[in-house]
Amino acid sequence: MKQPIVEIRTSPHIHSSPTVAQIMRNVIYALVPLAVFAVYQFGISALALIITVILSTLLTESLFAWLSGRDNTINDSSAAITGLLLALTLPPGFPLWMGAVAGFIAIALGKTLFGGIGFNVFNPALIGRAFVQAAFPVSITTWTPAFAPGRFAEFIPSTLTLPLMRPNDLTPWIEQVNSNLANKMDAFTGATPLAAWKFDGVTTDTMDLLTGMVTGSTGESAALLIVVCGMYLVIRKMMDWRIPVSVLAGAFITALILFLIDSEQYPDPLFVLLSGGLMLGAVFMASDMVGTPVTPLGVLLYGLLIGFFTVIIRSFGGLPEGVMYAILLGNALTPLIESFTQPRVYGEKRMDKKMVVEKTVVGESVGEKTAEENAS
Amino acid sequence: MRLLQSFFAKTFAHGIHPPTSKGQTDHLAIRRMPFSPRMMVPLSQHIGAPAKVLVHKGQEVVRGEPIARAEGFMSVPMHAPVTGIVEGIELMPTARGPKSEAIIINTYQAADQQVLYGADYEWQNASTEELIQQIQNTGMVGLGGAGFPSHVKMQVPEDHVIDTLVVNGCECEPYLTTDHRLMLEKTDSLILGIRIALRISGAQRAIIGIEDNKMDAVETIRERLTEDDPVSVGVVKTKYPQGSEKLLITALLDREVPSGGHSYHVGVVVNNVATLALIGELLPKQQGLIERVVTIAGPGVTKPGNYLVPMGTPLRFALEYAGYFGDISRLILGGPMMGNTVASLDVPMTKTVSGILVLEQTHDSGKQKTYPCIQCSRCLDACPINLNPSQLGRLAAKRQYEVMADQFHLNDCFECGSCSYVCPSNIPLVQYFRIAKSVNRERVAA
Ligand code: SF4
Ligand code: SF4
Repeated sequence: MKQPIVEIRTSPHIHSSPTVAQIMRNVIYALVPLAVFAVYQFGISALALIITVILSTLLTESLFAWLSGRDNTINDSSAAITGLLLALTLPPGFPLWMGAVAGFIAIALGKTLFGGIGFNVFNPALIGRAFVQAAFPVSITTWTPAFAPGRFAEFIPSTLTLPLMRPNDLTPWIEQVNSNLANKMDAFTGATPLAAWKFDGVTTDTMDLLTGMVTGSTGESAALLIVVCGMYLVIRKMMDWRIPVSVLAGAFITALILFLIDSEQYPDPLFVLLSGGLMLGAVFMASDMVGTPVTPLGVLLYGLLIGFFTVIIRSFGGLPEGVMYAILLGNALTPLIESFTQPRVYGEKRMDKKMVVEKTVVGESVGEKTAEENAS
Repeated sequence: MRLLQSFFAKTFAHGIHPPTSKGQTDHLAIRRMPFSPRMMVPLSQHIGAPAKVLVHKGQEVVRGEPIARAEGFMSVPMHAPVTGIVEGIELMPTARGPKSEAIIINTYQAADQQVLYGADYEWQNASTEELIQQIQNTGMVGLGGAGFPSHVKMQVPEDHVIDTLVVNGCECEPYLTTDHRLMLEKTDSLILGIRIALRISGAQRAIIGIEDNKMDAVETIRERLTEDDPVSVGVVKTKYPQGSEKLLITALLDREVPSGGHSYHVGVVVNNVATLALIGELLPKQQGLIERVVTIAGPGVTKPGNYLVPMGTPLRFALEYAGYFGDISRLILGGPMMGNTVASLDVPMTKTVSGILVLEQTHDSGKQKTYPCIQCSRCLDACPINLNPSQLGRLAAKRQYEVMADQFHLNDCFECGSCSYVCPSNIPLVQYFRIAKSVNRERVAA
């Protein structure tokens, strides 16, 4: 028998779990239907925006990997996810150059600065989103009609704004789109369901919110589709279902309390759940594992808090949308939440279990055990 | 039926479900392995003081004869695995790593290898002290793992009352089927061993914990038990690490062994089925432990099976017999979750080796890439004692070993490997924890 080459490793010698790269790839699969729907809804502008932002995140990731001499990590798809998610939260007519800036900031500031994947405290996509929210307050709240005729042939005028230029006012274009509509009832007012509620007190039909027959950010509007895509990840055990569920529960409970206090001023909880970016945020952003607590109780608390803050910001803040800030806040609180929700370890003193035959025996035995240890 | 069974089977919280991989050997009856021409019996195959040599170079020994005696209470004797002549007492490599002293015996190939040594013993009339002495004389150690002397384990500290003897027949490690075969083939010895252990511990009842993937063993044992037998079988879920002593106690009795404590703190003594089956076989004849059943399995062997291997058989000899041709492989002594890889084929088989696995090399190096923790919380869902391996791993990366022990219960980790098994980032968590523990130990010692 020849002397074999024997491999020395420490136990365990078997391993089974999807790799990080596999998980990330599946998140992409889950997001693709949302992107497709967004393109169907908003046409080539949405497509161009999604591609631009993803390219921007991928290039930024590669650039920093090259600068820092680290292994290029674009293969693990996490940068692509950041880009895709980010694009889905931007308005469909968002100027492409601004989208590229958002993608750059997301990776550079939101991820690389912290040390790359696994070390980022905040969800990088939301960092990018928050940056452009502050930098381009007008563009990020300029909405365009969904299902505009001709959306596959021409860009929304603001899309192709030259870099560093301010986009032109969209009002004439929207009026033109409206005038082409057969049914004048569907005329676009320039407001998302959330803004319509916040500033005009109009709530949108629940069914339309579910199916995405409304306007809003590129990929936020089809609540039902988001849920289905999320379920795919849950079934493949690549997403922690407890996070979206507790975020939605937190939002629902808070909204319900407000609604019961004053149903005139506050919208019904179902509208709260289905409108704006809550669904996308709950399912795909709050649940991005990096930046979330790992302890079971921590996960619950984290989710509830995000839901709670979302509704509070929406109801009392100056902005119609609060999901983004709520999640960033949740990310920031994660270390704190984790620190006081450590699980109870097996064998830690707990008297409600039949831990001991006789309590006195344990008292003695602990003393005896230390004696034993000293002896050895 | 099967479904119902697993629904009602008891278990502990968390844990993992690795493929059991037992099909290769679980139907193969125990077969004797022939005697190697050269045997190496290390003097330290157990936890505690090494045994003291009783023989000298050139002396003839008879199979079953004591060749080394126990050095104090925390030690066990060794017996000659073969009839032959002592070639010498030398430093030999062992599976644990460092070289240690071993008695080398050249086997008489022509000799009839019956065990002639021993005498009938009426255990029913003996006192507890005598029985414990007799168990020490057999040289028995915990056959499942670390090799803790059985007689020490059976001696209950005076101020503790034992009400239950738990017999561990889980065999939750993948690939291994020795306990399973013993329960099927040595049922009577096992039950006798349990009755002896009941006598010693003073417990009123014994429960044999068996995972629900071994229902044939459950049935076989149940058939031998009487109506109001103090011995019963408890079916537990097939889950890793169900065979951990503390978790088995929790599954069967819903008692939690206090952190840092022992099973006797909750009124329980635990013994492995293999240990008790051999006590049942050896003690009434006053014989010593000279061979044990070993599962040899994995894709790298052509004749897998359960072999009765004499202690001291060189690993190379055992592997050749099982049809291993030295392909590039990973050799593991024990199970794949907690066993060790071995560097040399020249180490001898010892009392604690329950399996020899020849697995394929970990070829796909792409899968081996390690990422930082992505906080997926899978390891928390896997850890059977509810630690936070994610946090521990992050602290280990920063070398904050003391914080790990003081605030995050590092010392409660028993290195079962469940967390590493599920980690998508491929972080060698258990390895980190071992390093952390040993650094802490050194710090305390210094
Ligand atoms: S090795 Fe330790 S930390 Fe990991 S699962 Fe097992 S007991 Fe828990
Ligand atoms: S399983 Fe690995 S990646 Fe997931 S939380 Fe635990 S240590 Fe982190």
